[in-house]
Parts: sequence; C-alpha cells; structure tokens
Amino acid sequence: MRALVLTIILLFLAFVSLFVGAADITFADIINWDIEKIELISISRIPRTAALVLAGVGMSVSGVIMQQMTQNKFVSPTTAGTLDAAKMGLLIFIIFTPTAGTTVKMISAFVFTFLASILFLTIVRKIKHRNVIFVPLVGLMFGGIIGSVSTFFAVQLNIVQDTNAWMMGDFSSILQGRYELIYLTLPAIFITYLYANKFTVIGMGEDFSKNLGLNYNAIINIGLFCVSLTVSSVVITAGSIPFLGLIVPNVVSMIFGDNLKKTLPLVALSGAIFLLICDIAGRVVIYPYEIPIGVTVSIIGSIIFLLLLLWKKR
Amino acid sequence: MIEVKDITKQYGDNVVLDNVGMQFHKGKVTSLIGSNGAGKSTLLSIISRLLSQDGGIVMVDEKNVTEYKNKMLAQRLSILKQSNHIRLKLTVRELVSFGRFPYSQDKLTESDYNMVDRAIQFMDLKDIENSYIDELSGGQKQRAYMAMVVAQDTEYVLLDEPLNNLDMKHSVQTMKTLRRLADEWGKTIIIVLHDINFASHYSDYIVALKDGKIVYHDETENIINENVLKDVFGLKITICEIDKKRICNYFN
Repeated sequence: MRALVLTIILLFLAFVSLFVGAADITFADIINWDIEKIELISISRIPRTAALVLAGVGMSVSGVIMQQMTQNKFVSPTTAGTLDAAKMGLLIFIIFTPTAGTTVKMISAFVFTFLASILFLTIVRKIKHRNVIFVPLVGLMFGGIIGSVSTFFAVQLNIVQDTNAWMMGDFSSILQGRYELIYLTLPAIFITYLYANKFTVIGMGEDFSKNLGLNYNAIINIGLFCVSLTVSSVVITAGSIPFLGLIVPNVVSMIFGDNLKKTLPLVALSGAIFLLICDIAGRVVIYPYEIPIGVTVSIIGSIIFLLLLLWKKR
Repeated sequence: MIEVKDITKQYGDNVVLDNVGMQFHKGKVTSLIGSNGAGKSTLLSIISRLLSQDGGIVMVDEKNVTEYKNKMLAQRLSILKQSNHIRLKLTVRELVSFGRFPYSQDKLTESDYNMVDRAIQFMDLKDIENSYIDELSGGQKQRAYMAMVVAQDTEYVLLDEPLNNLDMKHSVQTMKTLRRLADEWGKTIIIVLHDINFASHYSDYIVALKDGKIVYHDETENIINENVLKDVFGLKITICEIDKKRICNYFN
C-alpha cells in the first residue's frame, strides 16, 4: 500500500522531470510528434531521469546495507570513505591508463571502493567500544586520509580542478551513450532485495547471525560487492551524491522500522523520489541555468539530517 | 547429548580454558558457576561455535560441531548472550519470527507461524507483540529475546548470564521459564549464572569452573555444600535450608 503510493509519486516526478529543462518541451510536442523534440527527450531527458532514479535507489540501498553491516545508523557511503575511494580509483585510472575506455575506469573505481570498504569494516570490527558516533567519525577520518592521498597526486599532476569536477554530483551532462554504466546498479539492487532478510539478520550482529545459522562472512562479502558496484557506477556516471545513503534509510527506519523485507522497497522508492525532487529543484531555481545536484542534495539533505538528529534526541 | 573433550583456549599466555572435558545431561538444566574469569562464558561460546577453540572438540549428538552445516546446527542448538543488544527497530513478532530463520530462511510456512505464536504465548508477549523492541523495558526485552530462542525450537538452549540487568522478579520469571522449557518441552538447558542461589534453586546439575578448569560437576545438592563452594569461590559461604531448598549466605 505504502509502496504503491510511493510508486505513484515516483512516476509523477519522473514524468515532471522529463519536461523540465532549458529547452522548452511540452507534452503536446510528443503528441504532435515533433521529431526534434522527441529526439531531445530520448537523447538527453530520458537518460537523465533514468540515471536519477537508479542513482537514488542505488545510493540509498547501499546506505542501508552499510548500516546493517556496521550495525550503525550513521554509516553511509559518505561517512565511510567509500566515495573517496571511488574518486581515488578514478584518479589512478587517469594517471596510469588515460586512454583506456570506460570499462577500465569502472573496474578501477570498483576495485578501490571494494578494498576501502573491506578495510573500513576491518577497522570497525577492531574498535572495542563501538560508540554510535565514534564509528562514522572514524569513517570520515578514513575518507579524509584517502582523499588527501588523491589530492596529493592530483596536485602533482595539476588536475585538482578536474578531479573536483568529476566528483561534483551532476546529472546535466548525462547523455545517451554515456551513462549506461549506471545500469550496473540494477543487479546489485536485485541481489540486495533477494538477501533482504539475511541483511536484517546481519544487522543483529555476528553472534545472533551465527546462532541463526547464517554464514556471516559470506553475506558481508555479498554486501560489500553490492555496495562497491553501486557506488562506483553511480560515481562514474553522475559524480558523488552525498547524504543520500544516510538520510533516506534513517527516515524510513524511524517511521517504518528495520525489517528490510518490508522496508527495502520503501527505501529504494524514497531514495529515487528524494533525488528527483532535488534535481527538479536545482533545475528550476535559477532557470534556465542549473545548480549541480550535489549542492541541492547537500542543502536539503543536511537540513533534514539536522532535524533528524534533533528529533531523535527528543 | 553435548560433550566437550579436551577444550583448550588461550589469549596470548593467558590460558582461559585448560583441557576441559564434560558431558551435559539431556533434558536437564545445568548451571555453569565460578568466579569472574573462570572461563564459563568462554566455554559456552565455544560450545555454540561463536568462538573457536585452540584445541579439543565439541560433540553435539555424537557428531563434531564442525561437521554440521550452519543451518542444521542452528536447528539443534541456540545461544543467547548477555551482550546481545539489537539496535534494529523490529517488532517483538518480527524478532521472534527470525527464530524460524534456520528452518525456512525467507519464506515462513504455516508451521513456522504456529511456532512463532506458541513462543509468543509461552513468553506471555501477546499484548506487546506489535511493539518495537527498542521501546520495551529490560525485562520485556529479555522475554522477547527468549521467545526468539523458544521459536528456534532447538534441543539445546544455551544462555550466557541471562539474569544480568534483570530485577528479582524478572530473574525469577526467567528461571521459571527455563525450568518449564526443560520439564515440559524436554529441552536441555545450559546456563551461565552468577548468583549461586539461582543455580541452587533451579538447576539439576552444576558445573563449577575455576582458573579454566572444571573443578566440580555433580547434581545440585552435592555441589551446594560449604566446602565445595569455599573451594570454588574462595569465600566462606553459610548454607541454610528453607522449605527444603538450600540458600547460600555469602554476605559475611
């Protein structure tokens, strides 16, 4: 029922998203079969909307998995160094194989995010007293370290501005033929949904998981794989989208609980809706120009997050 | 039957368990007692494969635990640890349903739901089954966790200091429930206890550990004895009999 309502909202927003932008396209143009405008829709608008939906679903679902794996509500791709690792992967790719294609770029980013996630998880497990705030702080520091190494190399090679530009979440340059990697999030999301119950058990901790006969390490590895695949493909196509993996899962959890079998579809739908709203807002505010989505997500997201913290404290 | 043979565990030079061997009686309540650091919880964790031993083997129904598939072992043996704090926002019913995970994984069957209902009834949780566990009191939470173990419906139920953080009323309630699980449902209960009086009152057998070794194991009445307890705890304990139950006074 809730999922149905959210699906309708999502479809509506997706529809709106198709018709917002610098070029004036109306629904009537499609009915009148205006070839030029239909081409514009299929080359630019549809890829953009599809990428937004997939990135929204992917990043928020990744957030949930990371929170289950660390048993910490404040862990997300933003607060665990995952995005920084993807950036480093891209940088290494630029340095060593600048002429290679997108596939190599993808593999490079994926390998780095995967390794960084394993390392982060190892660090978290080594921490004896797992204070709720301590873990994401460690994650932020961890991300800071990775980020500074990347920046060091970027400075040496005079590409600081380029690297910053890739990382700034931005959907305006998404065009047909240049965004398809983001469809790699689909298998990851599908696997996560199949394993929803197992990820809930993982969230109960290692002892509980073992008691229930779950192969803890195997599920953790599957989780790491899904998160790395999603984050790296989103970062490559659209750049980093901060906060999404943090806010959406937390809001859903506060309202609907943590039984992933039940809430995962809600998380996925809300993630896509949130991102579409942010994108439409960014396109409308200084029309006909655009504010990059990283900025709108950060602003709207951090406001929601602050409210969330205050609400939780109460 | 659960049997452990020559179990050894050490952290660095510190030997926590030293060649421990023991057989636990089926369908009975067995308490593990001993001072802090005697190795009780470590032994329990090793039996329930949460911790791996450095030497020795654990046999469950004449088969080495390492030969069991995770799922199969989870249908025979369950463990509830004191440190099990779930931070997830799940309802009591959802939590208890996860007790059926070893049997049906994702898709619960009719009989799974029956078992969940029985467990909720048994632990008297019917009126709060739809509450979130993070909103419950300590005693209710403990009952919810125990209901999950009851729903898991294993022959062997292991509990690590289940009375920690519980008040007297809830402690007694917990022990009575365990007694019923053994007497009415035929479960084998192995439990780590700190309060010797709870062990004296509710268990059939007592296993006493000291410095990583089993120093005594016998029926309860043979262990609740001033000389034995003095040896185990290094404390002078006076025993008096009230209503045919032995009460240990260790406050002097």
